[in-house]
Amino acid sequence: MTAAALLSQFVQLALALALAPLLVGWVNQCRAWLSNRSAPPLTLPYRTIRKLFMKDAVVASNASPLFRLTPYVVFGAMCCAAAIVPSLATDLPFALAADAIALVGLFALARVFIALAAMDIGTAFGTLGARREMFVGFLAEPALLMVLFTASLISGSTSLPSIVDTLAHRELAIYPSLALAGVAFTMVSLAENARIPVDNPATHLELTMIHEAMLLEYSARHLALIEWASALKLFNYSCIGLALFFPFGIAQGSDDWLAIALAVPVLVAKLAAGGFALAVIETASAKMRIFRAPEFLGTAFLLAVLAMLVRLLLGS
Amino acid sequence: MATLPLYAQFINLLAALLLLLSFAMLAQRRVLSLIDLFAAQGLALAASTAIVAYGTGQHHLYWSAGLTLILKVFLLPWILYRLIRKLDVKWDVEGLINVPTTMLIGIVLVVFAFNLAAPISQLASTVTRATLGIAMACVMLSFLMMITRRKAIPQVIGFLSMENGLFFAATSATYGMPMVVELGIALDVLVGVLILGVFFFQIREQFDSLDLRHLEKLKEGE
Amino acid sequence: MAMPPDSTTLVLAAISAWLLIGALGIAALRKLRFVSRVLFPAGAAVGVGLAVAAFVAIGAPPQVAVLPLGLPDLPFHVRVDALSAYFLVLLGAAGAAISWFSAGYFRSSEGTPPGLICFQYHVFLAAMAFVLIADDAYAFMVAWEAMALASYFLVTTEHRIPEIRRAGFLYLLIAHVGAIAILLCFGVLQGGGGDYTFGAMRAVTLPAAWASVAFFLALFGFGAKAGLLPLHVWLPEAHPAAPSPVSALMSGVMLKTAIYGLLRVAFDLLHLQLWWWGAIALSLGLVTALFGVIFAAAQTDMKRLLAYSSIENIGIIVAGIGLAILYKAYDKPLLAAIALTAVLYHALNHAFFKSLLFLATGSVLHATKERSLGRLGGLIHRMPWVAWLALVGTLAIAGLPPLNGFVSEWLLLQAFLFTPTLPQSFVNMLVSIAAAALVLAAALAAYVMVKFYGVVFLGRPREPSLAYAKDAGKYERAALAALALGCVLLGVFPGVVIGALDPVNLLLVGHSTGEAAGDWLLLAPFGEDRSSYSAVIVLVVIVAVVLVTMQVVHRYYHGRVRHADPWDCGHPLQTPRMQDTAEGFGQPVRQVFEPFFRIERHLPSPFDDKPRYWLKPSDPWWHWIYLPIARAAEFAARFVGLIQQGRISVYLTYSFVTLLALLFFVR
Repeated sequence: MTAAALLSQFVQLALALALAPLLVGWVNQCRAWLSNRSAPPLTLPYRTIRKLFMKDAVVASNASPLFRLTPYVVFGAMCCAAAIVPSLATDLPFALAADAIALVGLFALARVFIALAAMDIGTAFGTLGARREMFVGFLAEPALLMVLFTASLISGSTSLPSIVDTLAHRELAIYPSLALAGVAFTMVSLAENARIPVDNPATHLELTMIHEAMLLEYSARHLALIEWASALKLFNYSCIGLALFFPFGIAQGSDDWLAIALAVPVLVAKLAAGGFALAVIETASAKMRIFRAPEFLGTAFLLAVLAMLVRLLLGS
Repeated sequence: MATLPLYAQFINLLAALLLLLSFAMLAQRRVLSLIDLFAAQGLALAASTAIVAYGTGQHHLYWSAGLTLILKVFLLPWILYRLIRKLDVKWDVEGLINVPTTMLIGIVLVVFAFNLAAPISQLASTVTRATLGIAMACVMLSFLMMITRRKAIPQVIGFLSMENGLFFAATSATYGMPMVVELGIALDVLVGVLILGVFFFQIREQFDSLDLRHLEKLKEGE
Repeated sequence: MAMPPDSTTLVLAAISAWLLIGALGIAALRKLRFVSRVLFPAGAAVGVGLAVAAFVAIGAPPQVAVLPLGLPDLPFHVRVDALSAYFLVLLGAAGAAISWFSAGYFRSSEGTPPGLICFQYHVFLAAMAFVLIADDAYAFMVAWEAMALASYFLVTTEHRIPEIRRAGFLYLLIAHVGAIAILLCFGVLQGGGGDYTFGAMRAVTLPAAWASVAFFLALFGFGAKAGLLPLHVWLPEAHPAAPSPVSALMSGVMLKTAIYGLLRVAFDLLHLQLWWWGAIALSLGLVTALFGVIFAAAQTDMKRLLAYSSIENIGIIVAGIGLAILYKAYDKPLLAAIALTAVLYHALNHAFFKSLLFLATGSVLHATKERSLGRLGGLIHRMPWVAWLALVGTLAIAGLPPLNGFVSEWLLLQAFLFTPTLPQSFVNMLVSIAAAALVLAAALAAYVMVKFYGVVFLGRPREPSLAYAKDAGKYERAALAALALGCVLLGVFPGVVIGALDPVNLLLVGHSTGEAAGDWLLLAPFGEDRSSYSAVIVLVVIVAVVLVTMQVVHRYYHGRVRHADPWDCGHPLQTPRMQDTAEGFGQPVRQVFEPFFRIERHLPSPFDDKPRYWLKPSDPWWHWIYLPIARAAEFAARFVGLIQQGRISVYLTYSFVTLLALLFFVR
């Protein structure tokens, strides 16, 4: 572990923190274009977060300290996750401390905390949101892990940087198992990031909410942190997807600053394309009934398992 | 692992795609989407056959690829579309078992097929032998689809997609069947669909529905 | 004589001390103060001592001794080797915390006098310790039965309630069915030599067929004690019936003695392991795990929920054992060692977090007199100590980093994942599907634990009486804190434990997990480039980010907070009863897994002004296995009943005919 590696680690984390709201803004803008609305400005999420930080927090009188702690924990878990996912370079010292399984564990940690916080106030919608979130989670989490397992079977490592190293810097090979895993991953990411067809991030109808229903009680800085953490989650998922399925352009090692500098525009371009694709998917599909969600996610899980089987059978 | 030539990797990719499409068909609830999926499967099949032909220099496979393309991507889906429009059937496909359970059975079948194919594919000498398991899995999944569907049209699509699986198995194990056989099968399938189309009209005339449960009444003694 | 006393002496001393404490309890039958303030803490001290002595003994060579007890020419043999010592550490540590908790828990209002509970409790502890060191079948079975009986009496502490008597009977019945299988297993293992010491069994080389018989008898027998499908039915009945410390002891420690027995037979006493044993154990374990966790999601009684969660954890452990057998049979010792490490680690983790949660339910039960999830809620305000400590247990059992549940799941997944291609493609696929099932079970466990914690401790109190709930006393708090600390330490410093596990691995699979696994900072069983995990760093980074964020937010903006009523979504009348009940929270899982459930629903009438919807999921295995067996038994009994005449002369005739027949045959 060198100073350069540490530095690239910090650069990457800072970039994630900075770019995450931009990605959300970009997706919202694309969605607006695609549905023929005039688009909100790209920087709206930043302004929202800033505005929320300025406000006085209103906390329900029967909230426990757990409720106020949760936004910080969720934000912390997402920062940790952002530090593991290789977005610019593959030399990440922190990735030694947490591999792909731990990454899924970190996502689960955030989910459990936010669900508990939603139950803390004891309103009907909070518990409803918590229940649905855990419901989506218990199918999405195994599917995500299976996708990562497929990739790690290819590279023989569960460490994300070495997976990406293997996929990016080896002679060109097509992995059919990754194609299956990619479909599964797309489905999981939609569900995990509270996107259509499983959830709708823009909904204001309580009955159809999943993620938003859990946040009804949050305001001001707590809400800002959670919004930022959600943006980071989207950013992390996008980076995982890009790193697994479109791994080109990620710098190898941390000594080559030119490569890292070059990786930034590549990343931005890839994220822009990914965000646009997300907006297209969201616009083109309709929200499912909540009890179709297990079918959707069950399919994702089975596809991921299938990817693993194909990997074992074809060795490819 | 020695890396396979690029064309073989493409074939593997298409094989995975075929499997994916088979699962998608298993999970699909709407008849029209089912037909689209079937057409996509035909396209993947044609592409893989053409790649095999290119990679191995077996030129007769170009012909079968072309035949697949015309028959399974354009002709049959067109016929089915027309049938559906004429019959004006309900769009939703009813299943006998719910979708997740069907998918689970599907996974079990895939494991079974992969194991079944493992010894056979070791005997075969083709580059594409590893995809034999996938081909068998496709056949079984189509069979499963025929079993679990209640309406006539999805059953026919299941039948056709089973034929796709068989065709793919033949290509991957032995670089395809002789041309005569292939032509014969293609003709069979076409005629089969035409006859089934006639049958659909008859079934609907008789029972006012395409639900095959009504055929249960045809047995004796009731 | 500067020699330190050897480990067998120390363990035997601990056992004697526990028995002595138990005897003192009998002497002070109704002196609650003496029992709870002197005897239980003394028992806890003995537990700590045992744990320390056993921890030292893990690395030491095996010690044997022959006791001048038992039948005249059949003395008890005892032996402390690495495996025994490891489980003794588990017993001592968890037992100490539970004893300390018991010091504050038992009141005079239990159905049994405190002195008697103290006696049964310490005999139970002593019997478990003796099970772990027994070195012949005779001593093992005596200790095993003593353990079953002591725990039976503890389960039926409140024996005036008929359901509790019924639960206790069911437990006793299944324990004995299991014991018969274990006895038969030892019969097979001794191989006809007539020598029932474990040393003699190790020397016998059984043919594969008999070895398989022995293994499956052991799986059945120990599975009955551990709660493997389909012999799990006693767990959800006995745990709610027993007082909470006893539930904790049974779930946290006693189930592990069954795991110990299975490991002892499968790896130590048997010389060969066949791959299909592993495949069967793996499948059975995973089915058990999934079943347990799905049913846990549907439960409405907090202790029943935890009991099903124990079934899940035992399933995961047995799956790990199956995996270890599989790898051992295919001669992959490193992978076998890692799978085994995961198994042993998970056993220890489960002892800690499950004891913690059962004890927490005990505190809740004492404070509220309520076991049903539908009448609890909001206890984090009334019982902050219990609630926050239980949160640690909840996060740990849900398998979240950086706590201990995650470590063992991580290790197990590593063992699953780095399968080099096994010779049979079928097994390869089984292993990968098993990994998927394991992950699914782990994810569902998180769902279950959020339900448990959220419904009990969070939200608003569902009953007005909960406003008078009092937090646990200082003994209980200290015990809960100790267990929670154990969860954190086991989670943050896994390398230390895994390093200590090396002798056990060497003993059982003949391979250690190697240098890389034992680093205190970084866990990397296959080398850093393949996979690594460091809980310390994860914990430090999360805590650092949390603190820095708090500082930054408060400094650059402000920390102002206003309190207001919860937002009512425009609906002015929000009562605590509008929160999800336990039934409501479990509903999605119930709906997804509908075909597995048999549910009795109670829909309130529309004219009921205090409607309460409840449902009772019943275990399908009752209908699949137990009721048919019971019906068959009843059917057979009716025939046997025909010979009952009620007249003495007829009975005498039976005896006479029997005598004649015997004389004829034995002639």
